Amino acid sequence: MAIITTTKGDIDDSLLQYQTGSLDNENETTTWDEYYLDGELVHRSVHVTLKKSPLTDFVSNLMG
Amino acid sequence: MANTQSMCTSFLPQLMSAQHNFSSTNVARTVNTVDTFKAALYVTTSGTTTTTCLCASVTAYATTVNGVNEVSGTNYTAGGVTVTNAVNPTSTNTSVTAGVGYWTPSANIVYTNVTLSTSFDTMLLYNSSQSNAAVAVFTFGAQTVTAGTFTLTMPSNTTSSALLRLQTT
Repeated sequence: MAIITTTKGDIDDSLLQYQTGSLDNENETTTWDEYYLDGELVHRSVHVTLKKSPLTDFVSNLMG
Repeated sequence: MANTQSMCTSFLPQLMSAQHNFSSTNVARTVNTVDTFKAALYVTTSGTTTTTCLCASVTAYATTVNGVNEVSGTNYTAGGVTVTNAVNPTSTNTSVTAGVGYWTPSANIVYTNVTLSTSFDTMLLYNSSQSNAAVAVFTFGAQTVTAGTFTLTMPSNTTSSALLRLQTT
């Protein structure tokens, strides 16, 4: 058992309905955890891992 | 190997550490202190021009940038969270003419026990010690958070995956 922080206060997870999901593409890997109480979303956490970052190229010009 | 024209790879992390000043006049900044970097979240937008989106045109953090609002909600403080920085920028030579300077925060960026009901998809990394100057914009799939935690897991600090990379070619 675990206690989940929700919009209704801390609730034992055994009293909640749990759903999870994920997204995986070239830009990110993302997972989320959702808890529902009587059909109402009361907790949603998201974890994003970025796969790509901005890359700046420098090119030094040839002299002469 | 003959002498080969190239930008020095060691210059790249030095740029990240403000060790060079090419301005013809002295810019107003203190270079002997460590800067604080922060990460702010912004709502999803459909803007596609440089003046209507969080993109390369951003110059500084504000609660509204290019018409795009920072998120707001329970336990989220305007300006976002401080980025943990315990690793110096570094660099690696990739050839006789090229190299990569790179840096990654030393801990994940975490917004704890927040409720962010308006869809958001962007994080702005900025320097709160230097007039909130913008550093980079990172985007991801649109999300909401309800009484939960939003975590941006940092990539490995390598030449190919670091959060910030400057590359010579």
